[in-house]
Amino acid sequence: MIQKPDPTQETLVLNMGPQHPSTHGVLRVVLHCDGEYVLDAEPVIGYGHRMHELIGEVRDHRGFYANVGRMDYGGALSFGHGHILAVERMLPDLEVPERAEYLRVITTELNRVASHLLWFGAFLLDLGAFTPILYSFDDREAILDLLEHVTGARLTFSYMRVGGVCADVDKDWCDGVLAFVKRMRDRIPMYHKLVSGNIIFRKRVEDVGLITRDMALKYGCTGPVIRGSGIPYDVRRSEPYSIYPELDFDIPTSERCDCMGRYDVRWAEIEQSLRIIEQAIAKLPEGPVMAEKVPKVIKAKGEVYQAVEAARGSLGYYIACDGSTSPYRMKIRVPSYSNLSILKELTRGILLSDLVAVMGSFDLVIPEIDR
Amino acid sequence: MQIESPNILLIVVAAVVMVLYVFTNSAVLVWVERKVSAHIQRRPGPFEVGPFGLLQTAIDGLKLMAKQLIIPGKADKRLFMLAPVLSFVPPIAALLTVPFGKVVQVQNLDIGILFILSLAALNVLAILIAGWASANKYSLFGAVRSVAQNIAYEIPLLLSLLTAVLWMGTLNLGELVDAQGGFWFVFTPFGFVAFLIYFVTGMAETNRAPFDLPEAESELTAGFHTEYSGMGFGLFFLGEYTNMILVSAIATSLFLGGYNLPFVTLNGEGVLWELIRVLIFLAKAYFLIFVMIWMRWTFPRVRFDQLLNLCWKVLIPFSLVNLAAAAIWIKAVGG
Repeated sequence: MIQKPDPTQETLVLNMGPQHPSTHGVLRVVLHCDGEYVLDAEPVIGYGHRMHELIGEVRDHRGFYANVGRMDYGGALSFGHGHILAVERMLPDLEVPERAEYLRVITTELNRVASHLLWFGAFLLDLGAFTPILYSFDDREAILDLLEHVTGARLTFSYMRVGGVCADVDKDWCDGVLAFVKRMRDRIPMYHKLVSGNIIFRKRVEDVGLITRDMALKYGCTGPVIRGSGIPYDVRRSEPYSIYPELDFDIPTSERCDCMGRYDVRWAEIEQSLRIIEQAIAKLPEGPVMAEKVPKVIKAKGEVYQAVEAARGSLGYYIACDGSTSPYRMKIRVPSYSNLSILKELTRGILLSDLVAVMGSFDLVIPEIDR
Repeated sequence: MQIESPNILLIVVAAVVMVLYVFTNSAVLVWVERKVSAHIQRRPGPFEVGPFGLLQTAIDGLKLMAKQLIIPGKADKRLFMLAPVLSFVPPIAALLTVPFGKVVQVQNLDIGILFILSLAALNVLAILIAGWASANKYSLFGAVRSVAQNIAYEIPLLLSLLTAVLWMGTLNLGELVDAQGGFWFVFTPFGFVAFLIYFVTGMAETNRAPFDLPEAESELTAGFHTEYSGMGFGLFFLGEYTNMILVSAIATSLFLGGYNLPFVTLNGEGVLWELIRVLIFLAKAYFLIFVMIWMRWTFPRVRFDQLLNLCWKVLIPFSLVNLAAAAIWIKAVGG
């Protein structure tokens, strides 16, 4: 419910979006302001609604796969990973080759780093610094080149298939990935020097947008938002899937609970993702990348729920099937939706500039919320 | 004191020259800013139009002029049209008293610095009018911010300039430069503190990042000039770049010894000496502008209340103490 402006109150209703530089797409936030202070912020969503869930119920399982990457343009591979894992769970006879699973994880983690780099640039853009995004895009470009080489796409990847992945990699590509890991490790101190220690930046993000543990749990926040509030919840560890149990990595958390906490967590996650990529490349087994026998027509019965850790948090696919070729019901639980729901409570009484910082620290992807 | 009748012809010619200078200066500065920011950000910057992309701004200016000037339906038309002119003309008028050289100065006023400051203060009026007349909430926010921050930064700015005026004992810009000679005011501890305060507040005066709060793109879309298109926007743009040169020119004249080299006073006669003096003056001013550009493309934007806190709690006390200390020093030691 959007509050109607009350003519007896001396407040200003400010319509932020759907075309606003800081709402990262077509999000609209209706603000009730007293001067620069935000009394109430009401997110209005749905401008980018594309009926993805309904399309999922009309098309067959493979046919819908191309759609999932369109929901989250930042981290398309994790969205694909979740969908493919959910479909594969309905096919108990299917044996996915190990190499394919490793490749899925390597590409997904590369995509996670790219997504966090995109967030980093956009966040600093929200805070008024234009330069960092071009630095982070430099590194992101290197990732996209690597991903393009193997997946054929640069943004909306459709790399995975039911039963494996569509293309194998060679040694040169693996060397390229390792070279990137090394390069990225060298670049991280530069980012911290340019941004993390900057006094203006720290004053803008420290103690801004405090999400307590209880609040984060109450609203179902996931991903860096909940980890920035000190709760080490990561689907890769709490509901292990794929090859993550075999890999050694930490779940970075921060006790700060503010925008700075979420910022720190994301940078630590980039480092952990690099660790995962390195290990996965080292352990990459030989063999085929597609299962030998994949049913041409997928007819399943029953329901599955598969959660994966996307770049923005816990992503869940609930697929209920009645034995026909397409799902009876498809429900997608996206992280940004829950993360955004906290905005109203969080931004009561803060400044307009802080609202922009808080929204930036959530790393919102609007098509994912609208679906 | 004898009152001279001003030479009207000279002033008209000089004003035309000054307008030309302002246009060229803005065109070149936009190009410089784009090139410098590009190199800071590891991109090539404009390079297609003309050699090194030098003609890019000319083409952009042409595009701005060709664009339709859209006036929002609910806007106050007259005020809406007045605001860009008001932001563009006063800095040009203020430049008339700047001593680029011993002779290259249109009008040497006895109250030169006061004249410049009073014209520079009109800038905030332009922003206020633009924000009000646009009938846009974001513009209004920008205007409100501009007025609030104006009060906050103008006081330390005035106090730091007052320190210089007190030290040299004149308001006349030409005399201020001559009083420093080779020993720039910035070399004294009072001058150094005053210069730092002046430079920070000067950045705020030009409405540039990290103090570009009235236009804060990521918060207020474009702030006070959200509704301006075509040359309306173009004039604000010109005004901003003219303000930059004005702020740096004042800093150069009052703190950096104007057209004098460090510890060397240039008193030679003749066209060649004058040319050298003008070049030295411009070199200093453009170096300061370069620093401004550098800061803009490195730092995030400060928050609105943080700028007010900085001005009221840090800069004003410091500049007051600095001014008092300078006054005591003059009384005790003799300036």
